[in-house]
Amino acid sequence: MNLKPETFARIDEVITHYPVKRSATLPLLHLIQEDVGFISDEAIEWIAAKLELQPINVYEVVTFYPMFRRKPIGRRHVKVCRTLSCALNGGYKVCDRFKEEFKTELGQVSPDGEVTVEFVECLASCGTGPVVMIDDDLHENVTEQKVTELSAKIRAEAKK
Amino acid sequence: MPEQRRIIFKHIDEPGYTNDIACYLRNGGYEVLKKAVQRKPEELIDEVKKSGLRGRGGAGFPCGVKWGLVDRKSGKPIYLIVNADESEPGTFKDRYIIHQDPHQLIEGIMISCFANNVKQAYIYIRGEFPIGARILEKAIQEARDNNFVGQNILGTGYSCDIFVHRGAGAYICGEETGLIESLEGKRANPRIKPPYFPAVLGLYQCPTIVNNVETLCHVKHIAEVGGEAYSKIGTPGNTGTRIYCVSGHVKRPGYYEFECGKVTMGQLLNEVCGGPRDGRTFKAVIPGGSSAKILKFGERYKGKRKIGADMVDYDWGVEDVPMDFDCLAMIGTMGGSGGVIVMDDSVNMVEALANINAFYSHESCGQCTPCREGSLWMKKITTRMVHGDAREADAALLKGVADQIPGRTICAFGEACSWPTQSFIAKFGDEFKNYHLTKKQEKAPGALELV
Ligand SMILES: Cc1cc2nc3c(=O)[nH]c(=O)nc-3n(C[C@H](O)[C@H](O)[C@H](O)COP(=O)(O)O)c2cc1C
Ligand code: SF4
Ligand code: FES
Repeated sequence: MNLKPETFARIDEVITHYPVKRSATLPLLHLIQEDVGFISDEAIEWIAAKLELQPINVYEVVTFYPMFRRKPIGRRHVKVCRTLSCALNGGYKVCDRFKEEFKTELGQVSPDGEVTVEFVECLASCGTGPVVMIDDDLHENVTEQKVTELSAKIRAEAKK
Repeated sequence: MPEQRRIIFKHIDEPGYTNDIACYLRNGGYEVLKKAVQRKPEELIDEVKKSGLRGRGGAGFPCGVKWGLVDRKSGKPIYLIVNADESEPGTFKDRYIIHQDPHQLIEGIMISCFANNVKQAYIYIRGEFPIGARILEKAIQEARDNNFVGQNILGTGYSCDIFVHRGAGAYICGEETGLIESLEGKRANPRIKPPYFPAVLGLYQCPTIVNNVETLCHVKHIAEVGGEAYSKIGTPGNTGTRIYCVSGHVKRPGYYEFECGKVTMGQLLNEVCGGPRDGRTFKAVIPGGSSAKILKFGERYKGKRKIGADMVDYDWGVEDVPMDFDCLAMIGTMGGSGGVIVMDDSVNMVEALANINAFYSHESCGQCTPCREGSLWMKKITTRMVHGDAREADAALLKGVADQIPGRTICAFGEACSWPTQSFIAKFGDEFKNYHLTKKQEKAPGALELV
């Protein structure tokens, strides 16, 4: 596996948190996805060997949890909450506006490679819905106007 | 306006209050832990029993009773898992504790660990809180550096560590046995109870306590004032304060902390949250996270309830119901996780249920046929309806499917996914029967854009 040295170091550290190595499966998947962007077959086999498991043990975890992905996404990940409280305040419109801004469909990499827009379930910020998570950052009370601003910001940051 | 009583949320949004340990210590932080580790663990468990504290994660099970069930004779290590999965739609209280006051949680965890002789605790935090996970990790390190966590805590000879474990986007990880499987590095398939009661056969088949974030913050407060004094807050059987997370169609959504049962639904929604949006009226409310049964404004609930030694008649509209576990259960719903979702008259109930059903069918872990197939079938029906192919028989069909799920599954998700459909049909059946007639009409502003 080709990983950053600090990723290897954090992997070795996190395994020590558990009396049973297998427990480190989710943390390792997170660390590798953060480093490489997605979970490849090679990563699955590497984790299995590292934790003394069968590849199927890791594979079944990868396919169960929505946050793990098998292929690369756009440079930025736009996750729009689609659950009830956000939907009641316009979450679906917000999602449509993001799709229009980047001329893309749900789950696809946009033609300019900038974003992947996805619907996700409740982000536990229902009181300030609609909410959108861009990479790690939460944006609250997102209006259509705010989508325009956020999109412009994403494009500006891409040029740097 | 009824007065809030902020205990757990005392410092949330307080200007100048930060989540680092220096700020926490300036505000008297870890003083309760320092005193607690000088006491006998059994005394602390007794205080929690006396307090009457009920779990804030959803089921409202008494915390002291849960701790009392832990197998302490097996000789195996005892684990504490903090349930920070917060994934029930409508609920958003734990995130503020984690982001703004993580040391309150850590102090609560350490007192609970000491009381139960736990040497290793895990905080299971949902994957969608990456910043929250980092804040907790930093806070735990600060607490270690100050000897509140780790080896030989405060020179007592007692050692206990905390690690943060991130989930990865699956709601079923909030269910305690699903959570344990997930923490063991597997799919979050809930376990059959019995025999897998966490108190006996939990993490790594060892005795395990699973408690919600807010619950453990209350433990800190109980250790501070004593179980007796805490039990005087709130109402008998519903002690302490409760954080209500209000979302949807009110003027001022947000989080509000009150003594349990000392505020009614009407006071909360009209006075505290500013009432409905201009020109609108309230239509329905889900009082305890999206799996709780929906209530319809205008409906009345009658019966007898116990107050002290007397049985007293009650005759309530939705607005009159005191917001505690027991009163909400009496009218056929639940306080659950404290998430209050409000809908006004712009909302079409078929569309709202379609949204909820999409959630639950996506989140079923798939082990039990009634849950896996039933939740998907209900979603298919409501999706078909909102896509313009509704039939008069759909209401009966939905009810038929929903009625066959509860009681036939491994975990309570079976109930969680059927209650919305059952209650929407029971209360708004006409809207479902007539949806095929009205579907071509223009949607009211604010309606859910589901199509
Ligand atoms: C489907 C399902 C989802 C749940 N999700 C959560 C959750 O996100 N957070 C939580 O604290 N409890 C959740 N619970 C309740 C937990 O199983 C458990 O009862 C709770 O964490 C116990 O803590 P408490 O006694 O402090 O309330 C869920 C239960 C079910 C059946
Ligand atoms: S009830 Fe549903 S979520 Fe629970 S174990 Fe069965 S299939 Fe899984
Ligand atoms: S419904 Fe969108 S954050 Fe909860």
